[in-house]
Amino acid sequence: MKKKYLDIVLTMEEQKRIFEEKKKYEYPQAAVIEALKIAQEKRKWISKDVIYAISEILSIPSVYVQEVATFYSQIFLEPVGRNVIRYCDSVVCYVVGYKKILSILEKYLKIKPGQTTIDNKFTLLPICCLGCCDRAPSMMVNEDTYFNLSDKKIVSILESYL
Amino acid sequence: MNKKIRKPESHPLTWRLKKNNSPIWINEYKLKNGYSALKKSLCKMSPVEIIDEIKKSELKGRGGAGFNTGMKWDMVSKSKISKTKYLVCNADEMEPGTFKDRLLMESIPHQLIEGMIIAAFALQVHCAYIFLRGEYIQALKNLKKSIFEAYKMGYLGKNILKTGFSLNIFIHTGAGRYICGEETALLNSLEGKRANPRFKPPFPVEIGLWGKPTCINNVETLSNVPGIISNGHIWYKNLSKSVDSGTKMMGFSGNVNTPGIWELPFGTTAREILEDYANGMKKGFQLKAWQPGGAGTDFLTPQHIDVPMDFENVSKIGSRLGTAVAMAVDNHINMVKLVYNIEKFFSRESCGWCTPCRDGLPWIVKILKSLSKKKGKEGDIELLEELSLSLSFGKTFCAHAPGAMEPLTSAIKYFRIEFERGIKLK
Repeated sequence: MKKKYLDIVLTMEEQKRIFEEKKKYEYPQAAVIEALKIAQEKRKWISKDVIYAISEILSIPSVYVQEVATFYSQIFLEPVGRNVIRYCDSVVCYVVGYKKILSILEKYLKIKPGQTTIDNKFTLLPICCLGCCDRAPSMMVNEDTYFNLSDKKIVSILESYL
Repeated sequence: MNKKIRKPESHPLTWRLKKNNSPIWINEYKLKNGYSALKKSLCKMSPVEIIDEIKKSELKGRGGAGFNTGMKWDMVSKSKISKTKYLVCNADEMEPGTFKDRLLMESIPHQLIEGMIIAAFALQVHCAYIFLRGEYIQALKNLKKSIFEAYKMGYLGKNILKTGFSLNIFIHTGAGRYICGEETALLNSLEGKRANPRFKPPFPVEIGLWGKPTCINNVETLSNVPGIISNGHIWYKNLSKSVDSGTKMMGFSGNVNTPGIWELPFGTTAREILEDYANGMKKGFQLKAWQPGGAGTDFLTPQHIDVPMDFENVSKIGSRLGTAVAMAVDNHINMVKLVYNIEKFFSRESCGWCTPCRDGLPWIVKILKSLSKKKGKEGDIELLEELSLSLSFGKTFCAHAPGAMEPLTSAIKYFRIEFERGIKLK
Protein backbone atom coordinates (compact mmCIF):
# COMPACT_ATOMS: atom_id res chain seq x y z
CA MET A 1 0.00 0.00 0.00
CA LYS A 2 2.77 2.38 1.05
CA LYS A 3 4.82 1.55 -2.02
CA LYS A 4 1.86 2.50 -4.17
CA TYR A 5 1.77 5.97 -2.62
CA LEU A 6 5.46 6.51 -3.36
CA ASP A 7 4.95 5.41 -6.96
CA ILE A 8 2.10 7.85 -7.41
CA VAL A 9 4.12 10.82 -6.16
CA LEU A 10 7.58 10.18 -7.58
CA THR A 11 8.27 8.87 -11.07
CA MET A 12 10.31 5.69 -11.52
CA GLU A 13 13.11 7.80 -12.99
CA GLU A 14 13.16 10.04 -9.91
CA GLN A 15 13.13 7.03 -7.60
CA LYS A 16 16.02 5.50 -9.51
CA ARG A 17 18.05 8.68 -9.20
CA ILE A 18 17.36 8.90 -5.46
CA PHE A 19 18.42 5.27 -5.01
CA GLU A 20 21.67 6.10 -6.80
CA GLU A 21 22.24 9.02 -4.43
CA LYS A 22 21.68 6.79 -1.39
CA LYS A 23 24.63 4.63 -2.46
CA LYS A 24 27.03 7.54 -1.89
CA TYR A 25 26.49 7.56 1.85
CA GLU A 26 26.80 5.39 4.94
CA TYR A 27 23.25 6.38 5.99
CA PRO A 28 20.37 7.10 3.57
CA GLN A 29 19.33 10.30 5.37
CA ALA A 30 22.35 12.01 3.81
CA ALA A 31 20.61 11.80 0.44
CA VAL A 32 17.66 13.88 1.59
CA ILE A 33 18.86 17.21 0.16
CA GLU A 34 19.62 15.69 -3.20
CA ALA A 35 16.29 13.82 -3.15
CA LEU A 36 14.47 17.11 -2.54
CA LYS A 37 16.39 18.71 -5.40
CA ILE A 38 15.58 15.82 -7.74
CA ALA A 39 11.88 15.98 -6.86
CA GLN A 40 11.87 19.75 -7.28
CA GLU A 41 13.41 19.72 -10.76
CA LYS A 42 10.17 19.22 -12.67
CA ARG A 43 7.60 20.19 -10.03
CA LYS A 44 9.42 23.45 -9.17
CA TRP A 45 8.41 23.10 -5.52
CA ILE A 46 8.04 20.56 -2.72
CA SER A 47 4.54 19.65 -1.61
CA LYS A 48 3.56 17.67 1.50
CA ASP A 49 3.08 14.59 -0.70
CA VAL A 50 6.65 14.80 -1.92
CA ILE A 51 7.91 15.11 1.66
CA TYR A 52 6.07 11.90 2.59
CA ALA A 53 7.27 10.11 -0.54
CA ILE A 54 10.91 11.05 0.15
CA SER A 55 10.61 9.93 3.77
CA GLU A 56 9.31 6.61 2.47
CA ILE A 57 12.05 6.07 -0.08
CA LEU A 58 14.80 7.00 2.40
CA SER A 59 13.12 5.16 5.30
CA ILE A 60 13.33 8.18 7.59
CA PRO A 61 10.58 10.04 9.49
CA SER A 62 8.82 12.67 7.39
CA VAL A 63 9.63 15.34 9.98
CA TYR A 64 13.34 14.85 9.15
CA VAL A 65 12.60 15.64 5.53
CA GLN A 66 10.36 18.55 6.50
CA GLU A 67 12.97 20.18 8.77
CA VAL A 68 15.58 20.03 6.01
CA ALA A 69 13.15 21.31 3.38
CA THR A 70 12.33 24.36 5.53
CA PHE A 71 15.97 25.19 6.21
CA TYR A 72 17.64 25.54 2.83
CA SER A 73 17.02 28.43 0.47
CA GLN A 74 17.13 26.34 -2.70
CA ILE A 75 14.16 24.23 -1.63
CA PHE A 76 10.79 25.86 -2.28
CA LEU A 77 7.77 24.96 -0.19
CA GLU A 78 5.37 26.82 -2.40
CA PRO A 79 5.15 27.18 -6.16
CA VAL A 80 7.61 29.50 -7.89
CA GLY A 81 7.71 30.83 -11.44
CA ARG A 82 9.14 28.88 -14.36
CA ASN A 83 12.36 30.86 -14.02
CA VAL A 84 13.91 31.82 -10.70
CA ILE A 85 16.02 34.96 -10.73
CA ARG A 86 18.49 35.36 -7.87
CA TYR A 87 20.22 38.71 -7.73
CA CYS A 88 23.35 38.98 -5.61
CA ASP A 89 22.83 41.55 -2.84
CA SER A 90 26.10 40.92 -1.02
CA VAL A 91 28.67 43.48 -0.10
CA VAL A 92 30.72 43.77 -3.32
CA CYS A 93 27.61 43.89 -5.49
CA TYR A 94 26.33 46.56 -3.08
CA VAL A 95 29.50 48.62 -3.58
CA VAL A 96 29.25 48.44 -7.37
CA GLY A 97 25.50 49.09 -7.40
CA TYR A 98 23.25 46.03 -7.24
CA LYS A 99 20.37 48.29 -6.16
CA LYS A 100 20.18 49.79 -9.64
CA ILE A 101 20.07 46.28 -11.09
CA LEU A 102 17.31 45.32 -8.67
CA SER A 103 15.25 48.38 -9.53
CA ILE A 104 15.46 47.50 -13.24
CA LEU A 105 14.39 43.94 -12.47
CA GLU A 106 11.49 45.18 -10.34
CA LYS A 107 10.40 47.67 -12.98
CA TYR A 108 10.59 45.18 -15.82
CA LEU A 109 8.91 42.31 -13.96
CA LYS A 110 6.53 44.53 -11.96
CA ILE A 111 7.19 42.52 -8.79
CA LYS A 112 9.16 42.88 -5.55
CA PRO A 113 11.72 40.39 -4.20
CA GLY A 114 9.99 37.24 -2.99
CA GLN A 115 7.16 37.58 -5.52
CA THR A 116 6.24 35.80 -8.76
CA THR A 117 4.98 37.51 -11.91
CA ILE A 118 1.26 37.15 -12.71
CA ASP A 119 2.07 35.11 -15.83
CA ASN A 120 4.12 32.76 -13.63
CA LYS A 121 7.23 33.23 -15.74
CA PHE A 122 9.61 34.69 -13.12
CA THR A 123 10.22 34.64 -9.38
CA LEU A 124 12.60 37.21 -7.93
CA LEU A 125 14.82 36.33 -4.96
CA PRO A 126 18.01 37.63 -3.34
CA ILE A 127 21.08 35.41 -2.95
CA CYS A 128 24.30 35.75 -1.04
CA CYS A 129 27.60 36.30 -2.83
CA LEU A 130 27.84 34.27 -6.04
CA GLY A 131 31.63 34.24 -5.86
CA CYS A 132 32.21 36.38 -8.91
CA CYS A 133 33.02 39.68 -7.18
CA ASP A 134 35.61 40.49 -9.87
CA ARG A 135 32.72 40.57 -12.36
CA ALA A 136 30.07 42.19 -10.14
CA PRO A 137 27.18 42.90 -10.20
CA SER A 138 25.89 39.43 -10.85
CA MET A 139 22.76 37.30 -10.81
CA MET A 140 21.59 33.78 -11.57
CA VAL A 141 18.62 32.75 -13.63
CA ASN A 142 17.87 29.10 -12.92
CA GLU A 143 21.32 27.52 -13.37
CA ASP A 144 22.88 30.27 -15.48
CA THR A 145 25.09 32.92 -13.89
CA TYR A 146 25.41 36.39 -15.44
CA PHE A 147 28.21 38.80 -14.69
CA ASN A 148 29.03 42.50 -15.20
CA LEU A 149 25.33 43.32 -15.38
CA SER A 150 24.13 46.53 -16.97
CA ASP A 151 20.69 47.99 -17.76
CA LYS A 152 20.74 46.78 -21.35
CA LYS A 153 22.08 43.35 -20.50
CA ILE A 154 19.34 42.61 -17.97
CA VAL A 155 16.48 43.17 -20.39
CA SER A 156 18.03 40.98 -23.06
CA ILE A 157 18.80 38.25 -20.48
CA LEU A 158 15.20 38.24 -19.26
CA GLU A 159 13.83 38.23 -22.80
CA SER A 160 15.87 35.11 -23.58
CA TYR A 161 13.82 33.25 -20.95
CA LEU A 162 10.41 34.28 -22.29
CA MET B 1 59.70 41.95 -15.33
CA ASN B 2 56.01 41.36 -15.68
CA LYS B 3 54.84 40.33 -12.23
CA LYS B 4 51.81 38.57 -13.62
CA ILE B 5 53.73 35.85 -15.49
CA ARG B 6 53.00 32.59 -13.68
CA LYS B 7 55.91 30.19 -13.35
CA PRO B 8 56.06 26.66 -11.89
CA GLU B 9 58.76 27.68 -9.43
CA SER B 10 56.79 30.63 -8.05
CA HIS B 11 53.10 29.86 -8.68
CA PRO B 12 52.38 26.26 -7.62
CA LEU B 13 48.63 26.75 -7.72
CA THR B 14 48.20 28.70 -10.92
CA TRP B 15 51.17 28.18 -13.27
CA ARG B 16 49.19 25.70 -15.36
CA LEU B 17 46.31 28.09 -15.93
CA LYS B 18 45.65 29.43 -19.40
CA LYS B 19 45.28 33.16 -19.97
CA ASN B 20 41.52 32.90 -20.27
CA ASN B 21 41.30 30.52 -17.28
CA SER B 22 39.48 27.90 -19.36
CA PRO B 23 39.47 24.46 -17.68
CA ILE B 24 42.48 22.19 -17.82
CA TRP B 25 41.43 18.61 -18.42
CA ILE B 26 43.40 15.50 -17.59
CA ASN B 27 45.65 15.25 -20.67
CA GLU B 28 46.83 18.82 -20.41
CA TYR B 29 47.15 18.51 -16.63
CA LYS B 30 49.33 15.43 -17.06
CA LEU B 31 51.44 17.12 -19.72
CA LYS B 32 52.05 19.88 -17.20
CA ASN B 33 53.42 17.52 -14.57
CA GLY B 34 49.99 16.71 -13.17
CA TYR B 35 49.51 13.57 -11.06
CA SER B 36 53.28 13.17 -10.66
CA ALA B 37 52.94 14.10 -6.97
CA LEU B 38 50.29 11.40 -6.66
CA LYS B 39 52.64 8.80 -8.15
CA LYS B 40 55.43 9.94 -5.85
CA SER B 41 53.15 9.78 -2.80
CA LEU B 42 51.57 6.41 -3.43
CA CYS B 43 54.60 4.61 -4.86
CA LYS B 44 57.54 6.12 -3.00
CA MET B 45 56.23 7.55 0.27
CA SER B 46 54.46 6.20 3.32
CA PRO B 47 51.43 7.95 4.85
CA VAL B 48 53.61 9.03 7.79
CA GLU B 49 56.19 10.56 5.45
CA ILE B 50 53.50 12.51 3.61
CA ILE B 51 52.02 13.88 6.83
CA ASP B 52 55.51 14.74 7.98
CA GLU B 53 56.21 16.65 4.77
CA ILE B 54 52.96 18.62 5.11
CA LYS B 55 53.74 19.33 8.75
CA LYS B 56 57.22 20.59 7.88
CA SER B 57 55.81 22.75 5.10
CA GLU B 58 53.74 24.57 7.75
CA LEU B 59 50.83 24.80 5.36
CA LYS B 60 47.96 26.62 7.05
CA GLY B 61 44.28 26.12 6.22
CA ARG B 62 43.10 28.49 3.53
CA GLY B 63 39.44 28.58 4.51
CA GLY B 64 39.93 31.56 6.81
CA ALA B 65 40.93 30.23 10.21
CA GLY B 66 44.51 29.27 9.25
CA PHE B 67 44.83 26.10 11.35
CA ASN B 68 47.98 24.08 10.71
CA THR B 69 47.06 21.45 8.09
CA GLY B 70 49.79 18.93 8.97
CA MET B 71 48.73 19.02 12.59
CA LYS B 72 45.11 18.36 11.59
CA TRP B 73 46.15 15.43 9.38
CA ASP B 74 48.28 14.07 12.21
CA MET B 75 45.33 14.17 14.62
CA VAL B 76 43.03 12.38 12.19
CA SER B 77 45.61 9.73 11.36
CA LYS B 78 46.32 9.04 15.03
CA SER B 79 42.68 8.88 16.07
CA LYS B 80 41.80 5.47 17.42
CA ILE B 81 38.02 6.06 17.55
CA SER B 82 37.38 4.14 14.35
CA LYS B 83 39.20 2.54 11.46
CA THR B 84 36.81 4.20 9.03
CA LYS B 85 37.80 7.80 8.50
CA TYR B 86 36.57 10.47 6.13
CA LEU B 87 38.03 13.34 4.17
CA VAL B 88 35.78 16.26 3.33
CA CYS B 89 36.72 19.11 1.04
CA ASN B 90 34.98 22.30 2.12
CA ALA B 91 33.94 23.89 -1.16
CA ASP B 92 31.01 25.82 0.25
CA GLU B 93 32.42 29.21 -0.70
CA MET B 94 29.74 31.71 0.33
CA GLU B 95 31.68 34.40 2.19
CA PRO B 96 30.65 37.67 0.54
CA GLY B 97 33.61 39.14 -1.28
CA THR B 98 35.42 35.82 -1.75
CA PHE B 99 35.92 34.12 -5.11
CA LYS B 100 39.10 32.07 -4.93
CA ASP B 101 37.82 28.49 -4.68
CA ARG B 102 35.50 29.07 -7.62
CA LEU B 103 38.49 29.79 -9.86
CA LEU B 104 40.46 26.79 -8.61
CA MET B 105 37.55 24.38 -9.08
CA GLU B 106 36.41 25.71 -12.44
CA SER B 107 39.83 26.12 -14.03
CA ILE B 108 42.06 23.49 -12.47
CA PRO B 109 39.84 20.83 -10.89
CA HIS B 110 42.43 18.03 -11.26
CA GLN B 111 44.81 19.82 -8.91
CA LEU B 112 42.18 19.63 -6.16
CA ILE B 113 41.42 15.99 -6.94
CA GLU B 114 45.11 15.10 -6.89
CA GLY B 115 45.47 16.87 -3.54
CA MET B 116 42.48 14.98 -2.19
CA ILE B 117 43.83 11.59 -3.28
CA ILE B 118 47.19 12.30 -1.63
CA ALA B 119 45.43 13.49 1.54
CA ALA B 120 43.20 10.41 1.56
CA PHE B 121 46.21 8.11 1.16
CA ALA B 122 48.06 9.88 3.97
CA LEU B 123 45.05 9.54 6.25
CA GLN B 124 44.10 6.07 4.97
CA VAL B 125 40.66 7.30 4.01
CA HIS B 126 38.70 5.36 1.41
CA CYS B 127 35.70 7.64 0.98
CA ALA B 128 35.95 11.39 0.46
CA TYR B 129 33.35 14.08 -0.20
CA ILE B 130 33.47 17.46 -1.86
CA PHE B 131 30.86 19.63 -0.18
CA LEU B 132 30.18 22.04 -3.01
CA ARG B 133 27.89 25.03 -2.74
CA GLY B 134 24.78 24.44 -4.79
CA GLU B 135 25.06 27.58 -6.87
CA TYR B 136 28.47 26.69 -8.34
CA ILE B 137 27.03 24.96 -11.37
CA GLN B 138 30.11 25.28 -13.60
CA ALA B 139 32.39 24.03 -10.82
CA LEU B 140 30.07 21.04 -10.40
CA LYS B 141 30.22 20.21 -14.11
CA ASN B 142 34.00 20.56 -14.25
CA LEU B 143 34.60 18.55 -11.08
CA LYS B 144 32.25 15.79 -12.25
CA LYS B 145 34.08 15.53 -15.56
CA SER B 146 37.47 15.54 -13.84
CA ILE B 147 36.46 12.86 -11.33
CA PHE B 148 35.22 10.73 -14.23
CA GLU B 149 38.54 11.25 -16.03
CA ALA B 150 40.49 10.36 -12.88
CA TYR B 151 38.55 7.10 -12.46
CA LYS B 152 39.18 6.27 -16.09
CA MET B 153 42.91 6.79 -15.71
CA GLY B 154 43.03 4.63 -12.58
CA TYR B 155 43.71 7.48 -10.14
CA LEU B 156 40.43 6.82 -8.33
CA GLY B 157 38.54 3.65 -7.52
CA LYS B 158 40.02 0.31 -6.52
CA ASN B 159 43.74 -0.45 -6.38
CA ILE B 160 45.01 2.98 -7.44
CA LEU B 161 48.27 2.73 -9.42
CA LYS B 162 48.32 -0.94 -8.39
CA THR B 163 49.31 0.02 -4.85
CA GLY B 164 46.33 -1.63 -3.19
CA PHE B 165 44.95 1.73 -2.07
CA SER B 166 41.31 2.46 -2.94
CA LEU B 167 39.37 5.70 -2.85
CA ASN B 168 36.01 7.03 -3.98
CA ILE B 169 35.30 10.74 -4.21
CA PHE B 170 31.69 11.92 -4.19
CA ILE B 171 30.34 15.40 -4.77
CA HIS B 172 27.65 16.55 -2.36
CA THR B 173 25.99 19.80 -3.35
CA GLY B 174 24.62 22.23 -0.78
CA ALA B 175 21.19 23.78 -0.93
CA GLY B 176 21.98 27.37 -0.16
CA ARG B 177 22.93 28.26 3.41
CA TYR B 178 26.05 30.22 4.36
CA ILE B 179 26.38 28.39 7.69
CA CYS B 180 27.28 25.18 5.80
CA GLY B 181 30.80 26.59 5.48
CA GLU B 182 31.26 26.21 9.25
CA GLU B 183 32.91 22.82 9.54
CA THR B 184 30.56 21.19 12.04
CA ALA B 185 27.44 22.66 10.38
CA LEU B 186 28.84 21.28 7.12
CA LEU B 187 28.96 17.81 8.67
CA ASN B 188 25.33 18.04 9.78
CA SER B 189 24.33 19.21 6.32
CA LEU B 190 26.28 16.37 4.72
CA GLU B 191 24.46 13.92 6.97
CA GLY B 192 21.16 15.27 5.63
CA LYS B 193 20.23 17.45 8.58
CA ARG B 194 19.73 21.14 9.20
CA ALA B 195 23.11 22.84 9.07
CA ASN B 196 23.33 23.72 12.75
CA PRO B 197 26.83 23.77 14.22
CA ARG B 198 27.85 21.09 16.72
CA PHE B 199 29.39 21.36 20.16
CA LYS B 200 33.19 21.41 20.14
CA PRO B 201 34.87 19.40 21.62
CA PRO B 202 34.76 16.73 20.39
CA PHE B 203 36.35 18.14 17.26
CA PRO B 204 35.67 16.56 13.86
CA VAL B 205 39.19 15.10 13.81
CA GLU B 206 37.93 12.71 16.52
CA ILE B 207 34.14 12.63 16.08
CA GLY B 208 33.12 13.90 12.66
CA LEU B 209 31.01 12.56 9.83
CA TRP B 210 28.72 9.81 11.16
CA GLY B 211 30.78 9.82 14.37
CA LYS B 212 34.02 8.89 12.58
CA PRO B 213 37.30 10.85 12.54
CA THR B 214 37.01 13.38 9.74
CA CYS B 215 39.49 15.71 8.12
CA ILE B 216 37.91 18.85 6.67
CA ASN B 217 40.10 20.98 4.43
CA ASN B 218 39.36 23.93 2.18
CA VAL B 219 39.70 23.71 -1.63
CA GLU B 220 42.76 25.97 -1.70
CA THR B 221 44.45 24.03 1.11
CA LEU B 222 44.09 20.70 -0.71
CA SER B 223 45.15 22.29 -4.01
CA ASN B 224 48.48 23.18 -2.37
CA VAL B 225 49.28 19.56 -1.50
CA PRO B 226 50.59 18.30 -4.91
CA GLY B 227 53.06 21.19 -5.15
CA ILE B 228 54.45 20.57 -1.68
CA ILE B 229 54.88 16.84 -2.34
CA SER B 230 56.54 17.43 -5.73
CA ASN B 231 58.96 20.12 -4.63
CA GLY B 232 59.40 19.64 -0.90
CA HIS B 233 58.75 21.71 2.19
CA ILE B 234 61.89 23.86 1.95
CA TRP B 235 60.96 25.07 -1.54
CA TYR B 236 57.40 25.71 -0.36
CA LYS B 237 58.49 27.75 2.66
CA ASN B 238 60.87 29.79 0.52
CA LEU B 239 58.03 30.88 -1.76
CA SER B 240 56.79 33.17 0.97
CA LYS B 241 58.00 36.62 1.94
CA SER B 242 56.73 36.19 5.48
CA VAL B 243 56.51 33.70 8.32
CA ASP B 244 53.51 31.98 6.72
CA SER B 245 54.56 29.38 4.16
CA GLY B 246 53.84 29.37 0.48
CA THR B 247 51.57 31.42 -1.71
CA LYS B 248 47.98 32.52 -1.30
CA MET B 249 45.18 33.34 -3.68
CA MET B 250 44.69 37.06 -3.04
CA GLY B 251 42.59 39.62 -4.77
CA PHE B 252 40.81 42.95 -4.75
CA SER B 253 37.27 43.76 -5.73
CA GLY B 254 35.11 46.87 -5.59
CA ASN B 255 35.55 50.02 -7.66
CA VAL B 256 39.13 49.23 -8.69
CA ASN B 257 40.35 49.26 -12.29
CA THR B 258 40.97 45.54 -12.73
CA PRO B 259 39.28 43.54 -9.99
CA GLY B 260 40.64 40.02 -9.85
CA ILE B 261 42.48 37.28 -8.07
CA TRP B 262 46.16 36.38 -8.18
CA GLU B 263 48.43 33.82 -6.59
CA LEU B 264 50.94 35.79 -4.54
CA PRO B 265 53.52 35.02 -1.89
CA PHE B 266 52.43 35.59 1.69
CA GLY B 267 53.73 38.93 2.81
CA THR B 268 52.85 40.79 -0.39
CA THR B 269 51.47 44.11 0.77
CA ALA B 270 47.86 45.09 0.25
CA ARG B 271 49.11 48.25 -1.52
CA GLU B 272 51.00 46.13 -4.02
CA ILE B 273 47.90 44.07 -4.75
CA LEU B 274 45.71 47.13 -5.08
CA GLU B 275 48.08 49.24 -7.14
CA ASP B 276 50.12 46.76 -9.19
CA TYR B 277 47.58 44.03 -9.78
CA ALA B 278 44.15 45.69 -9.43
CA ASN B 279 45.65 48.84 -11.03
CA GLY B 280 44.37 51.20 -8.37
CA MET B 281 41.02 52.81 -7.75
CA LYS B 282 38.80 53.75 -10.69
CA LYS B 283 38.90 57.36 -11.84
CA GLY B 284 36.83 59.51 -9.49
CA PHE B 285 36.99 56.97 -6.66
CA GLN B 286 39.23 57.10 -3.61
CA LEU B 287 39.98 54.34 -1.15
CA LYS B 288 38.05 54.98 2.03
CA ALA B 289 38.24 51.60 3.76
CA TRP B 290 38.89 47.95 2.89
CA GLN B 291 38.24 44.49 4.20
CA PRO B 292 41.22 42.13 3.93
CA GLY B 293 39.43 38.81 3.71
CA GLY B 294 35.67 38.74 3.27
CA ALA B 295 32.58 40.26 4.85
CA GLY B 296 33.37 38.84 8.28
CA THR B 297 36.69 40.66 8.71
CA ASP B 298 37.32 44.03 10.37
CA PHE B 299 37.49 47.09 8.15
CA LEU B 300 40.86 48.70 7.75
CA THR B 301 41.65 52.18 6.44
CA PRO B 302 44.05 53.52 3.76
CA GLN B 303 46.67 54.03 6.50
CA HIS B 304 46.86 50.24 6.86
CA ILE B 305 47.36 49.57 3.16
CA ASP B 306 51.07 48.81 3.49
CA VAL B 307 50.40 45.79 5.68
CA PRO B 308 52.01 42.57 4.46
CA MET B 309 49.16 40.14 3.76
CA ASP B 310 49.70 37.24 6.14
CA PHE B 311 47.98 35.89 9.23
CA GLU B 312 50.19 37.62 11.80
CA ASN B 313 50.61 41.07 10.28
CA VAL B 314 46.93 41.58 9.43
CA SER B 315 46.02 40.43 12.92
CA LYS B 316 48.52 42.90 14.45
CA ILE B 317 46.64 45.85 12.94
CA GLY B 318 43.30 44.65 14.27
CA SER B 319 41.77 42.56 11.53
CA ARG B 320 42.01 39.02 10.17
CA LEU B 321 43.51 37.69 6.98
CA GLY B 322 40.36 35.59 6.51
CA THR B 323 40.23 34.42 2.92
CA ALA B 324 42.73 37.14 1.85
CA VAL B 325 40.44 38.27 -0.94
CA ALA B 326 40.06 41.95 -0.18
CA MET B 327 37.36 44.46 -1.01
CA ALA B 328 37.88 48.17 -1.55
CA VAL B 329 35.31 50.60 -0.16
CA ASP B 330 35.35 53.92 -1.97
CA ASN B 331 34.53 57.46 -0.90
CA HIS B 332 31.03 57.30 -2.43
CA ILE B 333 29.94 54.67 0.07
CA ASN B 334 28.26 55.49 3.35
CA MET B 335 29.69 53.18 6.00
CA VAL B 336 26.42 52.88 7.95
CA LYS B 337 24.56 51.73 4.84
CA LEU B 338 27.37 49.36 3.95
CA VAL B 339 27.41 47.79 7.41
CA TYR B 340 23.61 47.59 7.24
CA ASN B 341 24.00 45.52 4.06
CA ILE B 342 26.58 43.25 5.70
CA GLU B 343 24.58 42.72 8.89
CA LYS B 344 21.41 42.03 6.92
CA PHE B 345 23.31 39.23 5.22
CA PHE B 346 24.54 37.77 8.52
CA SER B 347 21.09 38.07 10.06
CA ARG B 348 19.45 36.36 7.09
CA GLU B 349 22.00 33.54 7.20
CA SER B 350 21.91 32.89 10.96
CA CYS B 351 20.89 29.26 11.44
CA GLY B 352 18.86 30.28 14.49
CA TRP B 353 20.44 27.70 16.76
CA CYS B 354 21.54 30.04 19.56
CA THR B 355 19.64 32.99 20.98
CA PRO B 356 22.29 35.73 20.84
CA CYS B 357 22.76 35.19 17.10
CA ARG B 358 19.10 34.55 16.27
CA ASP B 359 17.76 37.57 18.16
CA GLY B 360 20.81 39.82 18.33
CA LEU B 361 21.52 40.11 14.62
CA PRO B 362 17.98 41.22 13.63
CA TRP B 363 18.11 43.76 16.46
CA ILE B 364 21.39 45.15 15.11
CA VAL B 365 19.90 45.27 11.60
CA LYS B 366 16.90 47.22 12.91
CA ILE B 367 19.13 49.83 14.58
CA LEU B 368 21.37 50.13 11.51
CA LYS B 369 18.32 50.55 9.28
CA SER B 370 17.09 53.51 11.32
CA LEU B 371 20.61 55.02 11.43
CA SER B 372 20.97 54.63 7.66
CA LYS B 373 17.72 56.57 7.24
CA LYS B 374 18.90 59.25 9.69
CA LYS B 375 16.17 58.23 12.09
CA GLY B 376 18.43 56.82 14.81
CA LYS B 377 18.00 57.60 18.50
CA GLU B 378 20.46 58.90 21.09
CA GLY B 379 22.24 55.89 22.55
CA ASP B 380 21.91 53.75 19.42
CA ILE B 381 25.67 53.62 18.83
CA GLU B 382 26.31 52.64 22.46
CA LEU B 383 23.62 49.98 22.13
CA LEU B 384 25.33 48.63 19.00
CA GLU B 385 28.60 48.47 20.92
CA GLU B 386 26.92 46.65 23.80
CA LEU B 387 25.28 44.18 21.41
CA SER B 388 28.63 43.61 19.70
CA LEU B 389 30.04 42.51 23.04
CA SER B 390 27.10 40.18 23.63
CA LEU B 391 27.69 38.55 20.26
CA SER B 392 31.47 38.31 20.49
CA PHE B 393 33.63 35.18 20.68
CA GLY B 394 32.62 32.82 23.47
CA LYS B 395 29.11 34.24 23.77
CA THR B 396 27.61 32.34 20.86
CA PHE B 397 27.57 28.74 19.69
CA CYS B 398 29.78 29.23 16.63
CA ALA B 399 31.79 31.97 14.92
CA HIS B 400 28.94 33.27 12.73
CA ALA B 401 27.83 36.14 15.00
CA PRO B 402 31.35 37.06 16.21
CA GLY B 403 32.36 37.25 12.54
CA ALA B 404 29.41 39.52 11.89
CA MET B 405 30.55 41.83 14.70
CA GLU B 406 33.98 42.48 13.18
CA PRO B 407 32.84 44.80 10.36
CA LEU B 408 30.39 46.53 12.72
CA THR B 409 32.81 47.31 15.55
CA SER B 410 35.58 48.37 13.19
CA ALA B 411 33.23 50.62 11.21
CA ILE B 412 32.15 52.34 14.44
CA LYS B 413 35.81 52.61 15.48
CA TYR B 414 36.98 54.31 12.30
CA PHE B 415 33.83 56.02 11.04
CA ARG B 416 31.88 56.87 14.22
CA ILE B 417 30.99 60.26 12.82
CA GLU B 418 28.94 58.64 10.05
CA PHE B 419 26.99 56.67 12.65
CA GLU B 420 26.45 59.90 14.66
CA ARG B 421 25.07 61.58 11.55
CA GLY B 422 22.40 58.88 11.47
CA ILE B 423 20.91 60.06 14.74
CA LYS B 424 17.80 62.19 14.30
CA LEU B 425 18.29 65.67 15.71
CA LYS B 426 15.75 66.81 18.28
